Amino acid sequence: MTQPGPSTLTVASRLSSYLRGGGVIVPLTTVAIALFAGGLVVTITGANPFSTYKAIFDGTGFNWLFPWISAEDRILAAQNLQQTLIRTTPLILVGVAVAYAFRAGMFNIGGQGQYLVGSFVAVWAGSSFDGLPAVVHVAVAMALAAAAGGLWAGIAGVLKARLGVNEVISTIMLNYTAIWIGVYLFQLSGPLHSDTQPSVPISNEILDSARLPVFWGDAELQGLHVGIFVALVVLGLFWVLVNRSVAGYEVRAVGFNPDAAESAGISSGRTYIRVMLICGLFAGLAGSLDVLGWQFTVATNDIPVSDVGFLGIAVALLGRNTATGILFSALFFGGLVNGTSVRNLDPAIFDPELAQNLALMIQGLVVLLVSAPVIVTALFGGARRLGLARKRAA
Amino acid sequence: MGATGAVPLALELRSMTKRFGAVVANDGVDLDLRRGEVHALLGENGAGKSTLMNVLYGLHKPDEGKILLDGEPVVIDSPRRAIDLGIGMVHQHFMLVPVMTVAENIVLADEPRRGLLLDFKAAVARVRELSDRFGLAVDPEAKVGDISVGQQQRVEILRALYREAGVLVLDEPTAVLTAQETSELFRILRALTAQGTSVVFITHKLSEVLAISDRVSVLRRGRKVATVLTADSTEASLARLMVGRDVLFEVEREAANAGPVDATPLLDVDALWIEDDRGLEAVRGVSFEVRPGEIVGLAGVDENGQRELVEALTGLRAARSGVIRVAGRDVTSLGVRGRLEAGIGHIAEDRHRRGLVLDFTLAENLALRGYRRKPFARFGLLWPDRMRARARDLLTEYDVRGGGCDTPASALSGGNQQKCVIAREVSEEPQVLIAAQPTRGLDVGAIEFVHKRLLDQRRAGRAVLLVSLELDEIRTLADRILVIASGEIVAELPPDASDERLGLAMTSGGRV
Repeated sequence: MTQPGPSTLTVASRLSSYLRGGGVIVPLTTVAIALFAGGLVVTITGANPFSTYKAIFDGTGFNWLFPWISAEDRILAAQNLQQTLIRTTPLILVGVAVAYAFRAGMFNIGGQGQYLVGSFVAVWAGSSFDGLPAVVHVAVAMALAAAAGGLWAGIAGVLKARLGVNEVISTIMLNYTAIWIGVYLFQLSGPLHSDTQPSVPISNEILDSARLPVFWGDAELQGLHVGIFVALVVLGLFWVLVNRSVAGYEVRAVGFNPDAAESAGISSGRTYIRVMLICGLFAGLAGSLDVLGWQFTVATNDIPVSDVGFLGIAVALLGRNTATGILFSALFFGGLVNGTSVRNLDPAIFDPELAQNLALMIQGLVVLLVSAPVIVTALFGGARRLGLARKRAA
Repeated sequence: MGATGAVPLALELRSMTKRFGAVVANDGVDLDLRRGEVHALLGENGAGKSTLMNVLYGLHKPDEGKILLDGEPVVIDSPRRAIDLGIGMVHQHFMLVPVMTVAENIVLADEPRRGLLLDFKAAVARVRELSDRFGLAVDPEAKVGDISVGQQQRVEILRALYREAGVLVLDEPTAVLTAQETSELFRILRALTAQGTSVVFITHKLSEVLAISDRVSVLRRGRKVATVLTADSTEASLARLMVGRDVLFEVEREAANAGPVDATPLLDVDALWIEDDRGLEAVRGVSFEVRPGEIVGLAGVDENGQRELVEALTGLRAARSGVIRVAGRDVTSLGVRGRLEAGIGHIAEDRHRRGLVLDFTLAENLALRGYRRKPFARFGLLWPDRMRARARDLLTEYDVRGGGCDTPASALSGGNQQKCVIAREVSEEPQVLIAAQPTRGLDVGAIEFVHKRLLDQRRAGRAVLLVSLELDEIRTLADRILVIASGEIVAELPPDASDERLGLAMTSGGRV
């Protein structure tokens, strides 16, 4: 008695409805399985998985929260936790950038490109406009970076709305475009190459007035900058946007069923463009916070290997596209990245080079595990659309 | 037909019980199927018909009860097993590969082999032989994607016959068929039963039960309420068994109270030309009007431009030329939202695709029209409590059962989903209500409800355009009938026009 469902469901919209809010058991199981698999790999390499994970955990600085650690450990833990939170800040924002697109039934793989474009604009704006008051300078740099990220993502939105170009393909391509624009801009003879270091492929350093203040820890030792509050505010905005706003209602309607949304007078094309603009805005903001908060320059060689935007996909998937979920999964991945960094891990316990790969592996497993049921559903759904195997809903 | 024992039983279901969580879908259902009979399984949406048959076909595991095939108890734990035992099932949605030929589809997963190779010649010959024997008239070498829905259904039947099914289960087989294809199907079923095949015919259409079945079993809320001989039954008696009360087939319709002929029509369509998705002319120069307090029925065979016309009226599809006016105002250049605001309401043909966001809660679905306005929104923010409160009122008023305002729409039965759509559209008090197949797939109780609501609109002096493939429905409700064929309005007839005149107008394609 069930009539055929909406015929225009994309993979992403299936994913978004599968990931629809709520539930901590699946994400926690996912993390547990991924860590267990990582532990097996550690064992195979001959190291002790327990002491390795202990070392990684201590590296995250989350032990700072434990009341029983010694005052000496606490100082180190605080420093580690500051670094973890510095990593977490952009992850929250790119996670939101991916999650909001999911809510509209779109898969924004372009968080990386939007993040990079934001960081390029931030480093340019931060190193220009000499003489601006600090608050204004920071605000201008952040606003320009966010706008640039938004426009960058908006290209994919317009292409999808007007020409039906799949956003997965266009955002991936825009990632490469962003990478190579960046390499061009900041290479040795590039137009935005450093004025003071002729032999290093790097951008100008941002001015002091554009730096985000550090509120925890020592600014000289890369303490925690105030950007995390920006990220948390955006997270709150995201929650309101999705759950309590007219715009978010339209986005969810389009994400679940574009045909029904259209029949209710919601233009799916306009929604796609609007959503991508907002996603890019968040990702561009992430890029600006990293530049203004602790990197201060953009090094040409770092551009192609940066993966913050890609981690955003894992953050959104593990966080099931909800605000709370994104907060915790950004903390998880921020901790994982920081805990396995060369600086933190004692080579006697586990080779830090390997540890970074371990982090990538865990990240990959999380994405795979979270997506696996969805991949199956999507494949099945695809087959169903082709009429290969129609299963009755009961 | 008095001597029950004389006819051998092909299949018996004994006290089948199937629970889904707390819901009892089948509650101790007994059913026996005689050899060579068409046994109709009748019930409202959600009465448990499909569940019972899915248990029989090995798709669900029963909690209690047993199955006897030719007197022998059997365990059916998979469709594969059901097929091996000679039980064939034709689902509502076909399971065919469109790019493969009829013969290839039929032999799929059971291919005749010659050595390691498939012997498709043998397959084609066998399919042709079966097709001829039962008069199915299907070309084994045609591609499934190229043949009509009615023929695809026959391919499904052939597939069951190819596997030597002695019991054939048809799940609402006529839902996708035209009237002509339906009578063709009935002819085939008679040929099948004449040669000893037993057929279970799932439906909620009373006329079909009377036309084709030998006996009827009626399910209500998971229980079997009766098995009766069709010969002893009437539509009224079956409807009473099915719904549990008397049903009005002819909702009361007062005399037409349409405004004076010279009153401004609420919907005025002038020389509308519309193209379909392939750029072909689907609607060709259609002009008509619907006056206040009038229901105009648009009758026609499916695919004659009705869908394109409805989409153009609601703004979902741009018209190539022509003018659409709502209460005198030209709305042709407006988009969907503009049309809705201009006073058009739309009961969409496909409630799952267009009418509802199935993943939304009922409160969210019921707000789909008014979510941008007070009281649901202010300053771009939603007021969920008010959406819920409004939804609660509507759910009570429109007697939507099976869920509250926080239930996802997907959890409701088809009839209740349709009530939600109607609640939303009608409560907006649209000047013009466009109702496309508003009772498709609904049972008699729900149909009665929908019809009453449409007549309420008429009484309130609004205009209703009823697009339906069901002639009886149009006849019951409409003040005037427009007949559409090949994208043109070929006739305007009164509701008491004879079937012959209507049928001729619908099929001739020319003017009458």
